[in-house]
Amino acid sequence: MCEVLAPGLAVSVLRAVFQEVHVQSLLQLDRHTVYSIIRNFMRTREEELKGLGADFTFGFIQVMDGEKDPRNLLVAFQIVRDLIVQEYTLGPFVEELFEVTSCYFPIDFTPPPNDPHGIQREDLIVGLRSVLASTPLFAEFLLPLLIEKMDSDLQSAKLDSLQTLRACCAVYGQRELKEFLPSLWSSLRREVFQTASEKVEAEGLSALQALSACLSRSVLSSDGEDLLDSFLTSLLQDCRHHLCEPDMKLVWPSAKLLQAAAGASRRAGHQISASVVPLLLEQYNQHPQSSQRRTILEMLLGFLELQQKHGPEEADDNPLLGSKATLCSVVFSAVTDPSVQLQLVGIRTLAVLGALRGLLNPADVELLVDHLTRLILHEEDSKSCEAAMEVAGALAPLYPEAFSGRLVQVLSEELQTAPQEEPLQSQHSRWRRCLQALAAVSTHSGIVRDTVPVLLQCLRRAQKGNVPSGAHSVVSICQSLQRVAVQCQQDPGSGWYFHQAVVPCLLGLAVQAGMQENSSPALGKVLLEEEALTAMVPVISAACTHLSPELAAQSASHVVLLFLDGELAFLPDNSFPRSFQPFQNRQCPALAQRRLVSLLMAFVCSLPRNVPIPQLDRLLHELLALSCSCDCPFTATAAAKCFAGLVNKHPPGSQLDELLEAAVNRLEPDLAEGPHRHQALALLLWVTKALLLRYHPLSARLTDKLLALLGDVALGPAVGDGFSLLMADSPDVLCKSCHADVRLMFRQRFFTESVPRLVKGFHAAAPDAKANYLKGLSHVLSHLPKPVLVTELPTLLSLLLEALSCPDCVVQLSTLRCLQPLLHDAPDVMSLHVDTLVSKFLSLTESPAMVIRIAALQCLHALTHLPPPVLLPYKPQVIRALAKPLDDKKRLVRKEAVAARGEWFLLGSPGR
Amino acid sequence: MVGGPGVGSSPLENANPLIYRRSGERPVTAREEDDELPDTIDDREIFDLIRSINDPEHPLTLEELNVVEQVRVKVNDAESTVAVEFTPTIPHCSMATLIGLSIKVKLIRSLPERFKVDVHITPGTHASEHAVNKQLADKERVAAALENTHLLEVVNQCLSARS
Repeated sequence: MCEVLAPGLAVSVLRAVFQEVHVQSLLQLDRHTVYSIIRNFMRTREEELKGLGADFTFGFIQVMDGEKDPRNLLVAFQIVRDLIVQEYTLGPFVEELFEVTSCYFPIDFTPPPNDPHGIQREDLIVGLRSVLASTPLFAEFLLPLLIEKMDSDLQSAKLDSLQTLRACCAVYGQRELKEFLPSLWSSLRREVFQTASEKVEAEGLSALQALSACLSRSVLSSDGEDLLDSFLTSLLQDCRHHLCEPDMKLVWPSAKLLQAAAGASRRAGHQISASVVPLLLEQYNQHPQSSQRRTILEMLLGFLELQQKHGPEEADDNPLLGSKATLCSVVFSAVTDPSVQLQLVGIRTLAVLGALRGLLNPADVELLVDHLTRLILHEEDSKSCEAAMEVAGALAPLYPEAFSGRLVQVLSEELQTAPQEEPLQSQHSRWRRCLQALAAVSTHSGIVRDTVPVLLQCLRRAQKGNVPSGAHSVVSICQSLQRVAVQCQQDPGSGWYFHQAVVPCLLGLAVQAGMQENSSPALGKVLLEEEALTAMVPVISAACTHLSPELAAQSASHVVLLFLDGELAFLPDNSFPRSFQPFQNRQCPALAQRRLVSLLMAFVCSLPRNVPIPQLDRLLHELLALSCSCDCPFTATAAAKCFAGLVNKHPPGSQLDELLEAAVNRLEPDLAEGPHRHQALALLLWVTKALLLRYHPLSARLTDKLLALLGDVALGPAVGDGFSLLMADSPDVLCKSCHADVRLMFRQRFFTESVPRLVKGFHAAAPDAKANYLKGLSHVLSHLPKPVLVTELPTLLSLLLEALSCPDCVVQLSTLRCLQPLLHDAPDVMSLHVDTLVSKFLSLTESPAMVIRIAALQCLHALTHLPPPVLLPYKPQVIRALAKPLDDKKRLVRKEAVAARGEWFLLGSPGR
Repeated sequence: MVGGPGVGSSPLENANPLIYRRSGERPVTAREEDDELPDTIDDREIFDLIRSINDPEHPLTLEELNVVEQVRVKVNDAESTVAVEFTPTIPHCSMATLIGLSIKVKLIRSLPERFKVDVHITPGTHASEHAVNKQLADKERVAAALENTHLLEVVNQCLSARS
């Protein structure tokens, strides 16, 4: 429309509107039209409108004066903002323009119920704020208004004022703020000192920070005073003395105010730290009590963290440099204090201190590392020890030599010479601590090259039986190795080093153990225990996931040929007494050797998808045969998992189809009868999962098979449990981190496909098989994302309620855990069943299993989220019934009973 | 039974009180996770019931104000008795009865019926200690106080979980 108007017409139209139309006496819709006309002209005829000068501004002020409708206000606010931002002439009408908009501040608007326009209070607040905070011209009028409203009793008004002040600071400068600084500061201080609300406190602090940032930003005129300087001086004057009263309520608000202001800019941080840090150090030494010292140190830590945030100072200018000696002695005294709480803060401070660049000299660093070493080795409290390990890990990349030369050195000596006079228990725990510390500190490529050989040496000694408590030690060593592997993943150099050093060594030791078994039964068996092998899996897996394809392929050919053909050449110390042939014939040593298939699984299933695996087809068929025929469940499951992991990554095509066909043909007879039914079921479950994850069409057929087996007398319960395997994330294969093909919505898909059939099967099943269906269903539901569950609930609720009466503990527990979130999220649907829910929950509070009593009480607690009118009829009954679990023999049950009963007492009572 | 509680705008009696650190969640021991072994009710368990009660006039808990302390809680599970001493922040605190009432109500709601609950002021810490103790020990007066909607509202506010 606007394009066809002749030049000049826009101005005439607007003049006519301003002069002839009394806008505020029009209907809402017509007023809206007027605003739209003006807005459209501003978009297309900016030049012409600006020709009107201040008349346009004045005209608009008259148009919007008295507007009340939120729909129109949103447009009007936009117009005013554009007037200012696009620099229309405001002329003498600045104050009028401010008045006509600021009269809405703070916005007080609640949308009517069933509002079709969807305007929220927040929309108006943002609209108005963008007007008020758009120009420094409004400052002289707005700042007094904000100061006044901060004093309001309404929390919303306080918050709005603080947020608006923060927005203003983005455009204001010294000049606008100067006159109001004292009153702004006293208002902000009052809010932070006295408020009961964390929200007001947080907004107050961020407004103060914005204010300080604004003052730091302003350019100084040559003769003008530095307002930042005087502002911070008055802050310090009002807050400093509170920092000297570490027991009183105002100590933290004062520290937070100072930290907010100091966080705004380096200059502000510098000025405040220069004054506060020496004071806090002095206070620390004056207050001998550890609780007071802790408060002081926590504040100090806050200031040091700010210093760290602002980055390195120019060397001569660092405000901490002057007090460095005291600072170090304070922090070191804190980490040696007997109070664990103070120690923990001290350790956190140590981390920040170490990370501050250019502060510590080599001697300080050595002292720091020695303190960490002492904490790690000798501190009795496990929290302090763990914290010290974390800090060591964080600081090691900054001072690799100091950590290698001191901490790693001490730890490896400690591992080799365990004192004999200690009791076994403490010997073992100290040993584990060293292992953990070695892993924690391996955060730098140089250090990794020192720590990995130490860890591997421990493993060799474990194999020879030279370390405390066998398999547990192997597990601890593997946990440490795994942690190192994860820390190496981001750095290709360290990652490859780790892979080359660790994978052949682990395989070599295990192979050796597998061969020795026959000759000397007691020796070397430790590494073949299920626990030990399971612990090695994540180490190998983590060492493989991040390799580059070329290196991975190179390593893959070694490992696969080791298992298929017994090629031992790449293993260290490769003088083995006999051959390694895990997939061949049924001799006795092969039985032990077969257990190592779990390590093969860890390796091949973690490789990136584009790494070629040599002789894949042969490998797959060997695995298939092993998984169906092996008597040992551990080996069979490992082979099945390995097979499934490879199938999941296998490229689609006829080869895959043939392979799957072979697998199904192999499965079916074993599944029907014979000694290996459970092995066949495990294979079926894992293959189903592998296909389910990648949306392979065959997964539907396999799921059918599983559903049919639910009715089986012998296998049914195991199938029911198997549904949790299908739905859960497995840690070692078929997971995202080992590059498996996992589609995003596979759970939802499985849910929609299988649940109707589960329900149907449940109704058709024989009475004693019903529990299997319920078990399967509850596993599926408990792994489903909540939003999906809530929408599907109405169809399933009756079944879930029935599941509550099922005597099987697994079903009861998972049903309760399923219902609990629904009580929060779908109160309307649940309200319809309140009668059943109350009685079933109450009866489950008497279950013999503690976990079920706890879950039932949590559900009773969650019930209070339903609308009170629904619940009130049950209040007396529930309160009476909950008196009994108050006297439960288990404390954890009583705790839940207290929480639930307390909420029921408050129901419908005043003051809730 | 109690003078009008000072909720809202009236000036605080003690604006900058000493504050104390909250004790952490009680760690769960292996024994407590064993289904078979019974756990007796101990002092810490009672203390956990009352430490998070809100003060009627500060946004702080009774624990943070040191009004209740674990050493002033005595329980005997076998004899079914509980005795709790609480310490008003200042000797003339007008909230003392209200605080005592909140503690008492919380314990009555949370403990098995077999327990006899005794709540009183730490000796020598309040001007009208005797009168307050007498009121708190009087079953009928406690019951009557809870009939009073306004009082019940304030007590419930003290007992509500902080949002």
